[in-house]
Amino acid sequence: MAHNIIEVKNLTKKFGDFTAVKDISFSVASGERFAFLGPNGAGKSTTIKMLTTLLLPTSGSIMLGGHDPVREADAARKSFGIVFQDPSLDEDLTAQENMEFHGVLYSVPRDTRRARIEELLNFVELYDRKDSFVRDFSGGMKRRLEIARGLLHHPKIIFLDEPTLGLDPQTRNHLWQYLEKLNEEEGITVFFTTHYMDEADRVAQHIAVIDHGQIIATGSGEELKKQTGTQTLEDAFLKLTGSEIREEGADSLARMRMFRGRR
Amino acid sequence: MNAVYIMWLREIKRFSRSKSRIVGSLMQPLLFLVSFGFGFGAVFAAAGQGNYINFLAPGIIGMSIIFTSIFNGMQVIWDRQFGFLKETLVAPVPRIAIMFGRTLGGATVATLQGCIVLVMTLLIGFHPVSWLLIAPAILIMLFIGTLFSALGMMVASLMRDMQGFQLVMNFLVMPLFFLSGALFPLSAVPEALKLVAAIDPLSYGVDALRYFLINATTYGLGLDLIVLSGFTLVFLALGSYFFSRIQV
Ligand SMILES: Nc1ncnc2c1ncn2[C@@H]1O[C@H](COP(=O)(O)OP(=O)(O)OP(=O)(O)O)[C@@H](O)[C@H]1O
Ligand SMILES: [Mg+2]
Repeated sequence: MAHNIIEVKNLTKKFGDFTAVKDISFSVASGERFAFLGPNGAGKSTTIKMLTTLLLPTSGSIMLGGHDPVREADAARKSFGIVFQDPSLDEDLTAQENMEFHGVLYSVPRDTRRARIEELLNFVELYDRKDSFVRDFSGGMKRRLEIARGLLHHPKIIFLDEPTLGLDPQTRNHLWQYLEKLNEEEGITVFFTTHYMDEADRVAQHIAVIDHGQIIATGSGEELKKQTGTQTLEDAFLKLTGSEIREEGADSLARMRMFRGRR
Repeated sequence: MNAVYIMWLREIKRFSRSKSRIVGSLMQPLLFLVSFGFGFGAVFAAAGQGNYINFLAPGIIGMSIIFTSIFNGMQVIWDRQFGFLKETLVAPVPRIAIMFGRTLGGATVATLQGCIVLVMTLLIGFHPVSWLLIAPAILIMLFIGTLFSALGMMVASLMRDMQGFQLVMNFLVMPLFFLSGALFPLSAVPEALKLVAAIDPLSYGVDALRYFLINATTYGLGLDLIVLSGFTLVFLALGSYFFSRIQV
């Protein structure tokens, strides 16, 4: 863990008058498993979108694998894979075709591509269904395919925005085992968000808690529990962010759309 | 480049799998051919302009190409709504390559559609001047398709959802079609309409098709090709620019 593979300084994102992300700074060490936690609408996805070149920051600076996603977008794009919170598959293509498409876009050489696609589809247990159209998949199957796709090109960093949403416990455990293995054996940096606190506590070596666009706590799971004098990460989280439910506004619409898309 | 190829391939696959789309988009050209072709045939001949079906056929091929290719380009909006667009946007590939591959895909699809319409016109009684010259006419179809796919993508890059689709159809595609020389000879229209047609890229596309298919031209093949190339380059450049600025 010699250097920081992600370095964020004073990052801000405004949508009109509304500030979704307020002046946040944090860093992620190379090879680390990092959890980015926060209530609905806290600004997690917005931050991830800025890190992954999908949104331009209003101000602040980002370094990702040694590149600035704003000024050297393509170089930065080479360094990561991503599993989005919302659906992102082409439903009119088969599972195999979605994977192929990704592999070609990321210039994975043909033989490696074929082998990795087979390996990853087997890992997410979709190999038997590789020639089915994605539109015929269940929500969980789509999610698994997206995860396999995000890993296809061997990225240095994998961003996972609520990867386990809608997955059964079996698949969730299976997924985290695989990611931890990749992390330990190949040093891939894992940056994820989740609303399952037990998951975050188990997997993440480092956690940042964001609320109303601001980072309000950082540290390991143990450190957060110690800071707040609580027993579980869930209690620590509730103590840090309060227990009122967030009004979601535009975001709840997006969520409804997502659920409709998945189920 | 591989990215161009895979973007192209995706369009081809999606098209070849949607039989309803292929069949559906044949109805409109057929209606135009039958109602206009036979409806105005006698008037056209009486006015000393010759066989209307022969005149109309290249125009209707042009029509099917502009509709198919603009529609195809505008599917970027669907990709955005269904989320797939994000997958292409985070790929480490120059935006121009994505734009170009997609545009070529749309153009290929439109050309296939144009060829089906060509066969349809032949069945209805269209006589091209030479069978050999159908080959360059198909290249012109590809050219027209590229131009309007790029335009479709450019427009789609500026829109968030399908709300504006009707607007684009009624205020862009319909005028481009009706004000071009697709349906009537530009030699016999008022000056104002002539002027409008002269800034409509479809006029030059249809003119080039007529050059090869019925050996008639208003602007001359040279000017047709220059204007088509110019518009295509401008739309591709603007399209890539707007595409690269999409945020999701
Ligand atoms: N394109 C946008 N335009 C306007 N507001 C936006 C936009 N995208 C996000 N927001 C707002 O920014 C805030 C942060 O949203 P974000 O999606 O980052 O939350 P999140 O932390 O990922 O929440 P969740 O856990 O629900 O996914 C929300 O209030 C949301 O409504
Ligand atoms: Mg989110």
